[in-house]
Amino acid sequence: MKSLEKLFSLLGKYRKDVIIACILVVIETSFELIIPSMMADLIDNGVSAGDVHYMLVKGGQMAVCSLLALATGLAYARFAARAAYGWGAEIREMEYEKLQSYAFSNIDRFETSSLVTRMTGDITVMQNTINNGLRPLMRSPVMLLLGIIFSFSMNAELAFVFIILTPLLGIGLFLIVRHVAPMYSVLQTTVDSLNSVVEENLRAVRVVKAFVRDEFEEYKFDGVNTKLENTAIRTNRTAVLNLPFFQLIMYICVLALMFFGGSMVLEGSLQVGQLTGFLSYVMQVLNSMMMLSNVFLLLTRSLASAGRICDVLDEKVVMKERENPLRNVPSSSVEFRNVSFSYSSKAKEKTLEDISLSIAPGSVIGILGGTGSGKSSLVQLIDRLYDVDSGQVLVGGNDVRAYSLHTLRDAVGMVLQKNLLFSGTIRDNLRWGDSGASDEEMMEACDKAGAGEFIRRMPRGLDTDLGQGGVNVSGGQKQRLCIARALLKKPKILIFDDSTSAVDSATEKLIRDNLRKLEGVTKIFIAQRISTVIEADCIFILDNGHLAASGTHDELMKTSGIYREIYDSQMKGGTL
Amino acid sequence: MPRMVSARKPENLVYTVKRLLAYMGRHRISLLLVALLVVISVTCNLLGTYMISPVIDSLVSGGGMAELVEGVAITAVIYAAGVLASLGYSQIMAASSQQIVYDIRKDLFSHMQTLPIRFFDMNQHGDVMSYYTNDVDTISDALNNSFTAVIKNGIQIIGTMTMLIIINWRLSLIVAFSYALMFFYVRFSASHSKKYYKKHQSSLGSLDGYIQEMTAGQKVIKVFNHEEENLKGFREKNEELRKMGTAAQSYASTMIPAVVSISFLTYTIVSIAGGFMVLFSLTSFGALASYLVFVRQATAPINQFTQQSNFLLSSLAGAERIFALIDKESENDEGKVTLEKTENSSWNWNDGGNRIPLRGDVRFNDVTFSYVRGHSVLTDVSLYAKPGQKIAFVGSTGAGKTTITNLINRFYDVDEGQIRFDGIDVRRIRKADLRHSLAMVLQDTHLFTGTIRENIRYGRLDASDDEVEKAAVTANADSFIRRLPEGYDTMVVSDGANLSSGQRQLIAIARAAVADPPVLILDEATSNIDTRTEDLIEKGMDRLMEGRTVFVIAHRLSTVRNADAILVLEGGRIIERGSHDDLIAQRGRYYDLYTGLFELS
Repeated sequence: MKSLEKLFSLLGKYRKDVIIACILVVIETSFELIIPSMMADLIDNGVSAGDVHYMLVKGGQMAVCSLLALATGLAYARFAARAAYGWGAEIREMEYEKLQSYAFSNIDRFETSSLVTRMTGDITVMQNTINNGLRPLMRSPVMLLLGIIFSFSMNAELAFVFIILTPLLGIGLFLIVRHVAPMYSVLQTTVDSLNSVVEENLRAVRVVKAFVRDEFEEYKFDGVNTKLENTAIRTNRTAVLNLPFFQLIMYICVLALMFFGGSMVLEGSLQVGQLTGFLSYVMQVLNSMMMLSNVFLLLTRSLASAGRICDVLDEKVVMKERENPLRNVPSSSVEFRNVSFSYSSKAKEKTLEDISLSIAPGSVIGILGGTGSGKSSLVQLIDRLYDVDSGQVLVGGNDVRAYSLHTLRDAVGMVLQKNLLFSGTIRDNLRWGDSGASDEEMMEACDKAGAGEFIRRMPRGLDTDLGQGGVNVSGGQKQRLCIARALLKKPKILIFDDSTSAVDSATEKLIRDNLRKLEGVTKIFIAQRISTVIEADCIFILDNGHLAASGTHDELMKTSGIYREIYDSQMKGGTL
Repeated sequence: MPRMVSARKPENLVYTVKRLLAYMGRHRISLLLVALLVVISVTCNLLGTYMISPVIDSLVSGGGMAELVEGVAITAVIYAAGVLASLGYSQIMAASSQQIVYDIRKDLFSHMQTLPIRFFDMNQHGDVMSYYTNDVDTISDALNNSFTAVIKNGIQIIGTMTMLIIINWRLSLIVAFSYALMFFYVRFSASHSKKYYKKHQSSLGSLDGYIQEMTAGQKVIKVFNHEEENLKGFREKNEELRKMGTAAQSYASTMIPAVVSISFLTYTIVSIAGGFMVLFSLTSFGALASYLVFVRQATAPINQFTQQSNFLLSSLAGAERIFALIDKESENDEGKVTLEKTENSSWNWNDGGNRIPLRGDVRFNDVTFSYVRGHSVLTDVSLYAKPGQKIAFVGSTGAGKTTITNLINRFYDVDEGQIRFDGIDVRRIRKADLRHSLAMVLQDTHLFTGTIRENIRYGRLDASDDEVEKAAVTANADSFIRRLPEGYDTMVVSDGANLSSGQRQLIAIARAAVADPPVLILDEATSNIDTRTEDLIEKGMDRLMEGRTVFVIAHRLSTVRNADAILVLEGGRIIERGSHDDLIAQRGRYYDLYTGLFELS
């Protein structure tokens, strides 16, 4: 419930619309409630007395009220829709903005698909809560209250029937809702597990077919399917109890009114028209209770979505900028001082432990090491994608935490291992590096990255559309475009995280030679192949989070056992 | 409740309804009972309300307490029956609807298992998932709510109209006119709102796509300081959606107030007209009172009936999509040749009584193949692999390497030419048996939620724990598995996210090892595996390959070197073939690849 409160507190400028919408519902409802009492008057005072004038006046009043109800109803539709969609858009923007402020470690905690759902499907659920829930939520109490007041003023004795039965209905419906609410969350989990079986089956369809496991998959599916069936039956059976219960109370109410009202008519203390009017109030009041219980069901169902949205909004952003941060990176030197780092505070072993190293401005650096040795983690500390646990990373002689993030990341160009291009043209993608780059500058960067050659061969050149995720180029071409994009940033430090794995070795050499010529830029290569780093000014070998050795190729061949082992295995086996 | 009405409508209504009825037919008795109980429940409701009129009339015309008690008692019995009927039908329907949906999901999934790989290659996972998440859901909703609602409201409308006509046919002309007006207004409004709905859907789709792409690329955005720019793009699309959504919803929400107001106006007109009729003694006082209650009561069912029938239509559109999938042709399999175990636990092909030992001899004769007609992916490919031989495919992306492996196990069938397995055309072999004699280790290994043991056992479901562990030893996976906190019982979650890519590869090798087939198809993993794990994998693969016919899409030199034959593919043709030394001597494409002059990915 807390998450719902929080989200409703975010209505912001749409709060006004919600309030107006609420007022409109109240007015509309009041008109609807006045009409039956006018009708009672019309019959009792007009028809029974044969007063045609009175009949017409009351009839006219009823017609006016109907039209006013229409006008307020239509106005309500506008305001409520504006509020619902405005609110949805607002929350979505807040989520998205929050996501932009996330550090890498925050992003790691969510799966992409779940983040997307939290910004799309879950928001729709919340909007529907307003769209479908606001009107009955406002109407019901008004109907209830006015219904009771009117019926009291009509005949206080008869109204006691309400006083007894309405709370009974309320309690009953409340109990049903409370019972069913936790069942819905169980149901949702069951649905999720069914979906994940299907998803897994789709993803691994080649494995399923290759091992002829269709029957086994059907068996697995049948398990979750049966479970879902049973859970859904149990949940729905409870939820639909509210209908017969409601009818029961309503019918008792009508019967009681018939009996007591009838007796009063017999005594002469009640008029027939009043009794009819009274009966229609009964319907209205009880109906409103029913609607109210539906609203609560709606709210319970939206709780899960609200919680998921709040997860995104409440996630604590772990990276903060210092006040008055530095806005200039003076040089391209990098230094690690006793750096330790782990992705999670719960991790038993640190990802990086007590790393100290220093990189001179403009040098070419290679980093080697096995999977999980911490290479990628090491370089991601340089542009502060993650923060160190202890120790210090210095760029240009200053702690990275002293810079504004924008300044620091502008100074560091990084080609990630899992690098992405975005939908749009090649030009659109290159502009990520430098939004004002001219075609000449772009082609120059592309030439350095070994991408110029294939771009020129494409009929539309820089205007070639890449499609979503860069599907229209090969893996090697994609990597070269990513390198060009990083070069356009003209950074002081360039980091390549295994970013030429799909590029053939001849082109790779060409790219490396071009990069070498970038003066004053520190170049750091993470690689699997020794050939990539063999000419580096200094090679760092990481082993299990520790800096195992450093030096040039020749030095390491003499001093490092690990290096020799890697060298031997690669020269023996080789890689195509 | 005002919901936007989707633009979806089934194309072939009659067929879809028939299919859906066939599913409902399995629960014929329950559903007939539901219909019966709905009728009883509604009738009781109407009769109970009708009773007000004679009871009041009897009071006005001088009846006493006895008549009143009698009237109330009769009404009470009617109402009691109504409540019981409601309880009965809602409970039965809650169960039946889920049983029907269960059947539909089951058939959907089972049929999906029989569809050819082509289906999965042609359709995005998200689209296929939406059969389960959206379409089945709308059917479930429709069965839960709309089915009974349409019956109920239909009867209520007919019943109320009948009652109204019986009580006062003259006034009923006015009411009938007003009902017709409401009905047409709701229909008109629904069809008009589709225009808005479509616009809303398309801006929603565009925003979803944007969020999807940018969220996946969030890390790149950070590296390039692109947050601001990115927010700008988001805001534009978000604002567009807000506008479209507001317009569509505003329109959809006008329906209820309009209907309610029409009904109030009717109420007013009927009151006055009825008043005059009483004055002219054309109707009784009590009759008018109960008539007016009926008029009030009639509004809700009309409104509901029209709305629910719209939901029903849109859920039928979902049902149609599902049935279209269930009607899709299954993977064809006219193979008659089966695999059978001999007494000394080796395997034989049974070709109509003619027994041929399973050896693993694979030959391609002039195979031509295209995924899309007219765009050949393989042209005139001929090759052979004798039992125990290792054949390596080398070539750039799109050269046709994967396609060749897809043809061997008949994920796809050849257009021209022939593939023979132990001398038998693969199309004559029952698919399940053919695939049992082959195992695949793919580049992107897919694991399932479950323990590591279960994942390895996927290769052969009746493998004992001992056999599973032996297979893991063969694959070089045993040692790392044992070092995991839960060993073989470690849970694999979301496609093995808790394992490294190298470890996943090792498990996939173990999975193939436990299947123990005579022929292996391997697609070597390329990047992001360090040399040590690569070493483990290589040794595991080598052990797995022993004594088997192997087709391998090679990325590593060591694999290629050890191959009996290397086939270099380009543009769907074999351009070079021979041993490593032969090909190096030829100084052709293989030489270029080998010396790194050509890109391979």
